[in-house]
Amino acid sequence: MSNDALLFALYVFVLAGFLGYQVISKVPPLLHTPLMSGTNAISGISLVGSLVAAGAKYGTLSNVLGFVAVTAATINTVGGFLITDRMLRMFRKRPTDKP
Amino acid sequence: MIQSYIPLAYLIASVCFILTLQGLSSPKHARAGNLLGSIGMLIAVVGTLMLAKIVSFQWIIPGLILGSLIGAAMSIWIPMTKMPERIALSHSFGGLAAALVGVVEYIQLSGTPELTHFKMAALSIEVFLGCLTFTGSLMAFGKLQGLITGAPVTWKGQNAINISMFFGALLLLVFVVLDPSRSALFYLTGVIGLTVGVLAVLPIGGADMPVVISLLNSYAGLASASTGFALGNPVLIIAGALDGTSGFLLSMKMSQAMNRSFANVLFGAFGTGDSSGAAAPGAAAGASYNLATAEDAEGVLDAAQSLIVVPGYGMAVSQAQHATRELAQVLEHKGTTVKYAVHPVAGRMPGHMNVLLAEANVPYDQIFDLDDINDEFARTDAVLVVGANDVVNPAAKDNPGSPIYGMPVFNVDQARAVIVLKRSVNPGFAGIENELFIRPNTMMVLGDAKKTLREFTTALKE
Repeated sequence: MSNDALLFALYVFVLAGFLGYQVISKVPPLLHTPLMSGTNAISGISLVGSLVAAGAKYGTLSNVLGFVAVTAATINTVGGFLITDRMLRMFRKRPTDKP
Repeated sequence: MIQSYIPLAYLIASVCFILTLQGLSSPKHARAGNLLGSIGMLIAVVGTLMLAKIVSFQWIIPGLILGSLIGAAMSIWIPMTKMPERIALSHSFGGLAAALVGVVEYIQLSGTPELTHFKMAALSIEVFLGCLTFTGSLMAFGKLQGLITGAPVTWKGQNAINISMFFGALLLLVFVVLDPSRSALFYLTGVIGLTVGVLAVLPIGGADMPVVISLLNSYAGLASASTGFALGNPVLIIAGALDGTSGFLLSMKMSQAMNRSFANVLFGAFGTGDSSGAAAPGAAAGASYNLATAEDAEGVLDAAQSLIVVPGYGMAVSQAQHATRELAQVLEHKGTTVKYAVHPVAGRMPGHMNVLLAEANVPYDQIFDLDDINDEFARTDAVLVVGANDVVNPAAKDNPGSPIYGMPVFNVDQARAVIVLKRSVNPGFAGIENELFIRPNTMMVLGDAKKTLREFTTALKE
């Protein structure tokens, strides 16, 4: 990786961190658990790296390790989004507020 | 041809993820945001599968299927009370995936000129953090699940060992970065990560779990971000940075809610056994508790015009959220105003109590944070404490000798009457006496919270 690419990666990281700080500060304590399970699902994006490890022409050991990584990351993405939705479905206001 | 569009897929995914988090700023838009996030993830995965690098699917497809099945099963059938365990497990999977990707990348690149110093640094951090998150989260899971004692486990020189291991790993990292061909040192970094994960979580008590889970959340995110650095993939960097900041922010909020610093949570295990000055005077004997029968408490509830319910971890243990809501409904039917007061660190993870109350159909506009409701206790007829302890301990306000002194707590003691539901009069594993329990306006009803609440409800209906 060249210096430019490194600098670019750092730019992305720092800016995403700031953006994350701004956005996440606005999440009310009410939704802290869905926030955690949701970010968990999002960080399952390491699936992208795992897929390459499991499917590239890398030799059996690497592919098997990749397979375990794909499984673990898929559990997080699929499970994470599903359970976040299951939780969010439960949050509702007083029924009388609805017309 | 299609190859050149893959980065675009990653960009779309990144935008979706940010919108997911933005949606969480209100319960109204949160579900749509979550759906958008899953669509973004799908786009990123499909894009990745188009990569020319990927030549065989014999490991990919079984992994995707197995992972989806396990993930779906875990989300559909797990009870809401077990949410902290579920989250801890998924942090460990996240850590494991990141660590394995790092190892594979190292195997592929070692000996080639592509393995630059910078890439080596990213890989080492990724593997170290991944391993640490993996075992640390497994330990947290074990503690929550009761497989390992929830009490803090401490031994002599513990902090010195942990700190020196941490710096040892740092030193190894420098060596590996200077000479990437030293594979033994690289793997040793991972092994140290695994060990630090175990040793760092072992001394942490159950009451500190919200901070620890948040910190592990942050580490899992940072491990993902370093994967992004190693692979030069911006979507990984962005998602990892979002996850990392989220976990960090939550752990800061949790620490603040306990009036403790990070260092204090990580290195100063609660109730280490040698601090005997914590016991409140007169609280040693069970006789001084104002033990009440269910009938006495019913009388108070029946007469109350206003009630505030303070749930704690005990509500989760006894799965009493539905029974709580049923009682509240009966009282509301009689004209009582019912509110719920949720402390940021009630339960074992951030927002734990909110999810349980939501499960029991408690409308979220009846649930209040510490700052929003604390002045109301003095004007309230009755407070019902369901399995909460530290967050209602007045010692935090007026006993400088207490280990929780300075922690913001509910002014429960200012209410006209307080009913405390508790399994037994034993102080929690943290060993901190609760002066609230011996106050004259407090009545203790011992036993399983769910059973007691059901008794109240039946009696009040008559």
